[in-house]
Amino acid sequence: MSDAPKEMRAVYNETLMELAAVNPNIVVVEADLMRATGTIPFMKAFPDRAINVGVAEANLVGVASGLSSTGKIPFAATFACFASRRAYDQFFLSSNYAKLNVKLVGTDPGVMAVFNGGTHMPFEDLALMRVIPDLTIVEPSDPVSLKAFIKLAAARYGCVYLRMPRKPAPSFYPADESFEFGKAKLLREGKDVVLVALGALMVAEALKAADLLKVKGVSAAVIDVLTLKPLDGALIGTWAKKCGKVVTMENHQAIGGLGSAVAEYLMENGIAVKFARQGVKDLFGEVGTLDYLQARFQLTAADTVRIVESL
Amino acid sequence: MEPAERKELEALAKEIRKLTIDEIGFLGVGHIGGSMSVIEALSVIYHRHLRYDPKNPNKADRDRFVMSKGHAGPAVYAMLAHKGFFPQDWLHTLNVGGTNLPSHCDRTKTPGIDMSTGSLGQGFSAACGIALGQRMDKNGTRTYCIIGDGESNEGIIWEAAMTAAHYKLDNLIAFTDNNKMQIDGVTKDIMSMDRLLERWTSFGWNTVEVDGHNVEAIDRAVTEAKAHQGQPSMIILDTIKGKGCSFCEGKVESHNLAYTMDQVREALAALN
Repeated sequence: MSDAPKEMRAVYNETLMELAAVNPNIVVVEADLMRATGTIPFMKAFPDRAINVGVAEANLVGVASGLSSTGKIPFAATFACFASRRAYDQFFLSSNYAKLNVKLVGTDPGVMAVFNGGTHMPFEDLALMRVIPDLTIVEPSDPVSLKAFIKLAAARYGCVYLRMPRKPAPSFYPADESFEFGKAKLLREGKDVVLVALGALMVAEALKAADLLKVKGVSAAVIDVLTLKPLDGALIGTWAKKCGKVVTMENHQAIGGLGSAVAEYLMENGIAVKFARQGVKDLFGEVGTLDYLQARFQLTAADTVRIVESL
Repeated sequence: MEPAERKELEALAKEIRKLTIDEIGFLGVGHIGGSMSVIEALSVIYHRHLRYDPKNPNKADRDRFVMSKGHAGPAVYAMLAHKGFFPQDWLHTLNVGGTNLPSHCDRTKTPGIDMSTGSLGQGFSAACGIALGQRMDKNGTRTYCIIGDGESNEGIIWEAAMTAAHYKLDNLIAFTDNNKMQIDGVTKDIMSMDRLLERWTSFGWNTVEVDGHNVEAIDRAVTEAKAHQGQPSMIILDTIKGKGCSFCEGKVESHNLAYTMDQVREALAALN
């Protein structure tokens, strides 16, 4: 909508540097992935506020927890597979159970781990994070929302899991768009089906799918979920009722993530609609290009169209 | 240390030991063994070194204490009660539903507890983070942390050990309660932690080993650690699990033991 695609990690670094310039408590904590997450400039500008614990993700989250107990606002980043699977007990207990203030950033979500392959491909991080009590989970869809949610996370006490691709992503929002935790955005109105999408990859696919469906005479609404927890059930429910059909779209297992969260909301609120989940079908990740992996795990707009037509 | 100061510390340790035996005995079951082995260290830390205000437990420029072996919470609670962080009668609420004194330390529930611990190794990692944060604040505060020898089986202990040494956290003073026992038996049979001092020295720490039940020796080690610059300090406490509690001293099964108020009376009488 506004700019050429911008690297998400560049936005991450720039936003943290902007915050750190005015707030001495902003701290970056890394586990030998500063080059990957893009925070080398932050480290150069604020060497005393950039901690690198080496290849030790459990300790990354433990140290971040300790830092936050002294009033620091640590942004701890690593690949989402390690942030969730490897440091889960630390994030669960030392950060969340202890009610501290850790912002944990998981990069390379789902198939975006591309050439790092199955070992590095988190299809389960959202499911793991959703069951941590009171945790805020956000997956910004573009550079504008990423910047906004980093600022919101820094401004509010409490743990946040922020899921973020590193690579360039187009902007869906004008630079001055305002966001809040727990609020989704309606990107497109529609009458026949609502596509409920999470994250840069799937929101882009949802918009593509809506275009493809339009050609076929199907009017698709598109919701950018942004915050997985707490879920904006009100907006999703409203459009589910208007359209009568819901397809959730996530770069993650269909189990336990967005699809499950939306299904829970619809069932518990008596919203009876046709419903399908687009997500990874109980499979491990594998290596490949993004195009290959999207096709392999049925995460393309063409797959969305097929799912809508089968409802 | 003046003889009078030593006597005062020994009397404090005896009092905390008695309170802890009674606290767990009133409930009837708990982590008595690993609580008894840290009593002298706690006494030296809280009576001689740690800077805190019991009436303002979250004071920004306080020193921090982390009991990473979180199951020794009952011993810390006895000390906190004795020092006035909360009324002493709270000790009889240990592990009662809704209590402020849960089995494992919880910073959200207990005044004076600086970190929630219980999943072993994590408190030590957090203590490194706390010490880093204190150093950023440049206010001269320190972090004290007790870990267990069994706890040192955890990989994160050694991850954090590297971090503290790399960042030269000389405001971090750690202790290993080397009581040589863990749940399943003696450590040399379960997971050998021999040459513990050499392990920490090789990780780049300032190290010393002392009799963990000798308050004067512990005090000297802490005083020297505070003066030491450029390295974190690890004080290995040579201790006895269940120390000073007549019915469980030196027994492997003392890790988590059920006992009666009759046994409490017997143990307190033996201490007197």
